[in-house]
Amino acid sequence: MFLVLAAALFATGLFGALSQQSVVMVMMGLELMINALVVAGAAFWYFLAPARPDGQVFVLVVLAAMTVEMALGFAVATLLMRARDADMTDMAGDLRG
Amino acid sequence: MRVTAFVLLALLAVAGGVAVFVVNSMARATIALAVSFVAAGAAILLVDAAYLGVITILMMLMEMGIMAIFMIMFMMNPGGLMPMSMMHNKRGALVVSIVVFLLLAGGALGTPWPQRRGTPPSDPTLALGEAIMGGKMLVMMTVSAVLFATIVSAMVLATGRGRYDGEPSARPADDA
Repeated sequence: MFLVLAAALFATGLFGALSQQSVVMVMMGLELMINALVVAGAAFWYFLAPARPDGQVFVLVVLAAMTVEMALGFAVATLLMRARDADMTDMAGDLRG
Repeated sequence: MRVTAFVLLALLAVAGGVAVFVVNSMARATIALAVSFVAAGAAILLVDAAYLGVITILMMLMEMGIMAIFMIMFMMNPGGLMPMSMMHNKRGALVVSIVVFLLLAGGALGTPWPQRRGTPPSDPTLALGEAIMGGKMLVMMTVSAVLFATIVSAMVLATGRGRYDGEPSARPADDA
């Protein structure tokens, strides 16, 4: 059941990441997807190998990845706003060297 | 009792996640995402992972607070006063998401998972702490280096008058 919850959260986040135009809303979708990994990791630890701490450490690493995603996402959002006055993904669809 | 609590929390988590992309107001979307994260964290508490559940809830609440600030700064319609759609390719995204959910849920339910090995320690948080300070220290040291690199990268990207701050010609003369 935990994995079904994780699948639902992942799919919901994927829908947001694919469909939203706002940069912050795309980040919300990514957050939901990573949160699904947290739920799945905790479930794997508890139901498969609870005697070892590996699963808990994995969840900590995923939480750190979530933090990195958030920090760099906001940095890129700030950069986009500064450099192009853009807050939508469609306004930043090209690369400029 | 535990199953009932899990089902309620799971429904709340998914409903909150769906509400993020349904409500008009971005402020409401942030609250919905916070509700989803808190419910997911509470579900983690049900499997005796007290530390992970609590840290998930605390981290996500702080993140949502920061996210709300960024929304007010950057988004054109944070309060949802002007109903507007900010979606593209909604149908395609919906199809992809449903297919992914069916694949993942089918895999989760159809896979012959191995038998549970061992039992949880009497204090899982203590076991995690000992692992972090012992055999898993390299993992956390790597994470700390990545977090430091993230701080530096975020500062370089976001700072004004920096390398990536718009066109060079737009900078003041003394900065060129």
